[in-house]
Amino acid sequence: MLKLESVELQIANGNENVSILKDINLELEDNKFYALTGPNGGGKTSLAKVIMGIYKNNKGKIIFDGRDITNLSITERAKAGISYAFQNPPRFKGMKIKDILRISSDNNSLRARLRAVGLCPQDYLDRECDTSLSGGEMKRVELATVLSRPSKIVIYDEPEAGVDLWSFENLLQLIRDHHNKSNVISIVITHHERVLSLADEIILLADGKIVDRGPSDKLLPLLRTDSRCCWEDNCGGNDNEIKCY
Amino acid sequence: MKLNAIEQELLETIADLHKIPTGAVNIRKNGEGILRHSSANIEVRPKSDKPGIDVIVAPNTKNEAVHIPVMITMSGVKDVVYNTIVIGEGADVTVVAGCGIHNSGMEKSQHDGIHEIIVKKGARMRYIEKHYGSGQGSGERVLNPQTLLTMEENSIVEMELVQIKGVDSTIRDTKAKLAKGASLVVTERLLTHGNQKAVSDMTIELIGADSNAQVISRSVAKDNSKQVFRPIIIARERSKGHVECDSILIDHGKISSTPAITAEHPDAQLTHEAAIGRIAEEQLLKLMTLGLTEEEAEDVILRGFLQ
Ligand SMILES: Nc1ncnc2c1ncn2[C@@H]1O[C@H](COP(=O)(O)OP(=O)(O)O)[C@@H](O)[C@H]1O
Ligand SMILES: [Mg+2]
Repeated sequence: MLKLESVELQIANGNENVSILKDINLELEDNKFYALTGPNGGGKTSLAKVIMGIYKNNKGKIIFDGRDITNLSITERAKAGISYAFQNPPRFKGMKIKDILRISSDNNSLRARLRAVGLCPQDYLDRECDTSLSGGEMKRVELATVLSRPSKIVIYDEPEAGVDLWSFENLLQLIRDHHNKSNVISIVITHHERVLSLADEIILLADGKIVDRGPSDKLLPLLRTDSRCCWEDNCGGNDNEIKCY
Repeated sequence: MKLNAIEQELLETIADLHKIPTGAVNIRKNGEGILRHSSANIEVRPKSDKPGIDVIVAPNTKNEAVHIPVMITMSGVKDVVYNTIVIGEGADVTVVAGCGIHNSGMEKSQHDGIHEIIVKKGARMRYIEKHYGSGQGSGERVLNPQTLLTMEENSIVEMELVQIKGVDSTIRDTKAKLAKGASLVVTERLLTHGNQKAVSDMTIELIGADSNAQVISRSVAKDNSKQVFRPIIIARERSKGHVECDSILIDHGKISSTPAITAEHPDAQLTHEAAIGRIAEEQLLKLMTLGLTEEEAEDVILRGFLQ
């Protein structure tokens, strides 16, 4: 179980502190599949980074399986079983895809791991993780680095971003298989209605606060009516997505 | 010939030699040739007027390599050597040069290698030069290579210039002249640490039409070390050139990089870019989320970068 108690995050911006996460209280249960959604800038990525240890919360506690991990480093949390697939994975000059896969896990079936995320090993094992990869390719590599790690919590930050519509269903299946096989807490940060509808629970985060949370079948209809995307009229967007505030 | 452990390590590091090669070879140690033989197609012979060797590759020699490593294992040696390498028309060969200095004494040890390389019409050469220093002594390890490369029509050269570690001071001077249709790629990899200094000057002249050159330099300056890069490509004809210098600073390293391009022909296409900075924070963070410590992450990033 993962428990956040009165977690606050402030980030220095120039000479003032901006409050990014405000009094977050959250309990996430083992084996549950959570969807974390809400408007851009709402604090989803920041919350994920606080759980991973990339950002240090200024107030509050993080309890993981009964252990206070608030003061653990990123490395220690990774070793304790927390995994995070970045929204914008960084590029590495000179590092090959096979190198980063090896770092992420000593599971040697590199080829199978690449095939699983829809990348042909023949073409990709020796490619560099630099700017020559497209955004979608990089997201798949990112997913491959996370899926083979022995984890207890996996956070996927907008895994659908940049991935073509046809592959999306496969990636989602991959995340669900991983969830079912490994008894993990899965948290998928997403704007995608398909993912929201599959989640055990939806958590709505806006303006650094948890605005609502509940089982998918209760919350989704609410989100649909209350916060349906109105881009259709304004900019021809996709009404599968949650409204921007 | 038997090699001791230090010599073995130097040869493995600079020339990937795990045993004495069977093909054409010249091994120079502390200012003297200690092993030399030619192959059917590659002649290796000492110069008569000054220290050094001539390496003559017969036309159309294919898939052969010649190893010409230099070792210095004593303190207080200054070795100056002149090598001439001629790659015959239509040949396709690899030249593995390189120098390792093991200095465990207090005096400076220095090797100045002056290479003149001529790559004849239609020939192709891969040239690998690795520099490495070891030994606990306070004596400086100095390497000052000069390379003068002449590329004839339609020849192709790939040069890999690598300074791995342990070299206290280096001044590297590389000059190349390219005839019609010639193509050159230089990749330079440099790591300095401690109080080391490295200067690399490179002048590449695109003299013939449709020649092209690329210089890709990557370097890391750690501790208090200093590096200066001054690569220049000059296009005198319709030709293409690209220079790229990419450097990472660690601790208090200092780097100056001034790639330059000069066009003397209206159809020349030249580009350059240079970047210097610390390791991107996001890269460290990502690797730490995979369970590496910050130091391990830094190490992995630098190794990849210098690959
Ligand atoms: N490192 C940072 N420095 C300054 N502001 C930040 C930083 N990280 C996040 N923010 C700000 O915090 C808010 C929430 O961002 P984020 O967590 O990325 O939102 P989301 O993922 O929901 O789109 C935004 O206003 C963003 O600009
Ligand atoms: Mg985000």
